[in-house]
Amino acid sequence: MDQCLAELSAVTKRFGKIVALDGLDLDVRSGELLAVLGPNGAGKTTAISLLLGLQQPDSGTASLFGQSPLRVESRRQVGVMMQDVTLAPELHVRELIEQVSSYYPDPLSTNAVLDMTHTGQIARRPYSKLSSGQKRQAQFAMALCGRPKLLFLDEPTVGLDIQAREMLWATLRALIREGASIVLTTHYLEEAEALADRVAVLAKGRVIASGTVDEMRALVVRKRVTCRASVASEVVATWPGVEIATRDQQGLHITASNAEDVVRRLLAADPDLRDLEVRRAGLAEAFTELTQENAQ
Amino acid sequence: MNATTALDMSHKRSTSVAMPAGRLFRAYVMEAKFETIRMLRMLGFAVPFLVLPFALYLFVGLFLGKEGGNARIVDQLFAGISAFGVMGPGMFGFGIAIALERDQGVLALKRALPMPPAAYLFGKMFMAMLFATIVMITLVIAGTLSHAPITAWQYLSMSIVNVLASLPFCAIGMFVGVFTSGKSAPAFVNLLYVPMFSIGELWYEMPKSISWLPPFSPAYHLKKLSLWAASAPSGNDGALIHIAVLAALTLLCSFVAIRRLTRVG
Repeated sequence: MDQCLAELSAVTKRFGKIVALDGLDLDVRSGELLAVLGPNGAGKTTAISLLLGLQQPDSGTASLFGQSPLRVESRRQVGVMMQDVTLAPELHVRELIEQVSSYYPDPLSTNAVLDMTHTGQIARRPYSKLSSGQKRQAQFAMALCGRPKLLFLDEPTVGLDIQAREMLWATLRALIREGASIVLTTHYLEEAEALADRVAVLAKGRVIASGTVDEMRALVVRKRVTCRASVASEVVATWPGVEIATRDQQGLHITASNAEDVVRRLLAADPDLRDLEVRRAGLAEAFTELTQENAQ
Repeated sequence: MNATTALDMSHKRSTSVAMPAGRLFRAYVMEAKFETIRMLRMLGFAVPFLVLPFALYLFVGLFLGKEGGNARIVDQLFAGISAFGVMGPGMFGFGIAIALERDQGVLALKRALPMPPAAYLFGKMFMAMLFATIVMITLVIAGTLSHAPITAWQYLSMSIVNVLASLPFCAIGMFVGVFTSGKSAPAFVNLLYVPMFSIGELWYEMPKSISWLPPFSPAYHLKKLSLWAASAPSGNDGALIHIAVLAALTLLCSFVAIRRLTRVG
């Protein structure tokens, strides 16, 4: 799993006065699904553009399979699904797949791609007649058709219904099992949580945290406490270490940096407390905390 | 069939990055094929550019035939409408398509994918030349229907010149397409297209006071070249100057546009 397939090393990229990437180091290893997360403007798209040879770094180096991403040979091992693409509305899904397949030395058959991505039903439909979810499925099929070793997926499940999203996730897991590597940029943190082997959080053009999903969660000291108790949420909110305390029909919800102390005080205040649950922060909390810290 | 089964059956990772010559050729063919299919399905593009020159020549040609139009006028008309007919697919097919595809992210996607670098332009060039060929075939049919006094050899030589000479107009379209947005490209292409055929003496000769103006239009040089190929009266300049102007224009526009496409996209 340690072979490096794509790498940005000390990369800086400026657009006028804006520094999009500020000495960024990022690598993609063989057999992993790397989720690249970050708030808008963090530099995710610029980083991916550099890895695909769409832009050049001002300083530092970008490499893809040990070569410059500008070399077509390096990109023959890559599949790409971009977010903001409007494909030829007149062409049918099957034709779009055939067109992209022709760029690769040993592509899958079009029928195999349609089977894999469950797009057989829309194969003969013009791209303009597809729903937004079906368009994403067609683009996913185009990304897979060349048997890529490395897939770049930018927000692949935007617009997909739950069933289509589950199928896409299953395909991604199967690709990873087979040895493919995937770089996923997404705003759906549950998607990264469900799929990623490793997460890289970008902010202001730098990687501010990188590791497994569990390692990311561990970076956050906050925990969530929920219970049914008679103590007023306004009172709990004044306790030391409590950041947020709210009440709804499900009970009392507390976010605290010292959950154990809060639980002790809750039990002391209400011996009849029920349905107590203490959970570690999820990736969403970790992401929010990391990016907020960086913004300060 | 679930995803896992399909993958197990058919999905093995690519091991070779070398592109066999046959596959490379196929990539060019497929790019040309789908660009042509796309433009033929786009009725707003295909119908005006394929039907208008035919209808125009048939309409005027029938009147000329009835009134016993002389060979010189018929040659001039055929050469003028031919030039008009092949300009459009090149300028609009390249210019607007490239501008739109840059806006819509298609060009970025193709640059990120391993598309052979020249296949994109080859596809569009093939499409424009195929449209030019269809335009010339329809014009020959219109000429035959209107009993134009043009020989088979003249039809053939003028057709070859016009199909080849669609390339300078592709280059002009490409030049416009790489510097404009999808929304503004039609206006900018028209800004060149309309003056080009208006001052190019395609239908009528300019007044003597502004006779210096037509050589500034590439369409003028195409018409002169077309007449020269048909051994019809084409002025005293000879073919070389017209070939040189069109070739220089092609090289200049292509150089600037390709340089920008590869650097900026």
